[in-house]
Amino acid sequence: MGNNGKGSMAGKVVTVTSGKGGVGKTTATANLGAALAAGGDKVVCVDADIGLRNLDVVLGLENRIVYDLVDIIEGRCRLRQALIRDKRLPELFLIPAAQTRDKSAVSPSDMVRLCNELRGEHDWILIDSPAGIERGFRNAIAPADVVLVVTNPEVSAVRDADRIIGLIEAEEKGPALLVINRIRPNMVRRGDMLSAEDVLELLAVELVGMVPEDENIVTSTNRGMPVALNGKSKAGQAFRNIARRLKGEEVPFVDMDDEGFFGRISRLIRSGGK
Amino acid sequence: MSGFLDRLLGRDQRSARQAKERMKLVLIHDRTDLSPASLERLKDELITVISGYIEIDPDAVEINVTQEGREQRLIADIPLRSVRRRRAG
Repeated sequence: MGNNGKGSMAGKVVTVTSGKGGVGKTTATANLGAALAAGGDKVVCVDADIGLRNLDVVLGLENRIVYDLVDIIEGRCRLRQALIRDKRLPELFLIPAAQTRDKSAVSPSDMVRLCNELRGEHDWILIDSPAGIERGFRNAIAPADVVLVVTNPEVSAVRDADRIIGLIEAEEKGPALLVINRIRPNMVRRGDMLSAEDVLELLAVELVGMVPEDENIVTSTNRGMPVALNGKSKAGQAFRNIARRLKGEEVPFVDMDDEGFFGRISRLIRSGGK
Repeated sequence: MSGFLDRLLGRDQRSARQAKERMKLVLIHDRTDLSPASLERLKDELITVISGYIEIDPDAVEINVTQEGREQRLIADIPLRSVRRRRAG
């Protein structure tokens, strides 16, 4: 950790994966990229979900695509030409996935070669992995120094996360770091949602972040503006904290049970002061 | 029906608790590739083998896979039949 010295530029490759689709991989990648870049680090986000690209729209960069990942690998453009610079965050870049190709257009060794080239120019290379355990996943973890597994506190996401954690260990890319996304503290409080502690106990891996369900995610994604740049959003705060932990900072985990003044009062009334 | 019984006996389980208990078993089987049926077969064979050496109580034998971190452990609890119990029985 923490060898992303500005001068040497030995960039670190972080792959964001999950097994199950729809748990928030792309949102996590976009927000970690934005948070790291806002802190002054040079970041490139790579969309490895070939055929189902989305990182471009989540980052709001969909109108600026000329070349994509497969164009670089097949030599139709130079690496530099395919890098899209985010105008709001000058340190943030995107390499979009190809939309009209499939995963077989890229191999794990292509990804390793690409990332080795990117390491020289960037502090962080964040790879948004496709769902599943097939070729696309293998491509995404091949160059990884660190693998983040995103899950939700829900049985199918936890089960798939466990499977993917086993595969990451088998590929000697472990230990995986866990991000528990879309936690609903009020449901956890009444015992109707797995708590972060429950998920951690089941999966037995190291936790790097807990992200609450937050409507700001929907609105900021609508706008193509990462929520990590929104100072008021709780999810944004959670993603900024993950970014700091990746940089090697000790950041205490925020209490998910922070229900606010009115929440505490109404709970007190409901429980009859007990 | 069993839900009603649970409530009557004060065993009303919130859904998160149920999810956790279910996931514990599912993950053990996913990780070990050992189905409940083959675990049952393993238990029967174990009873046969051990009974060839020492007298045991086959109905009290318990065999479970437990989790320690990301490592699995097969735990067999095999009560031996004591000489006294044999006389009494």
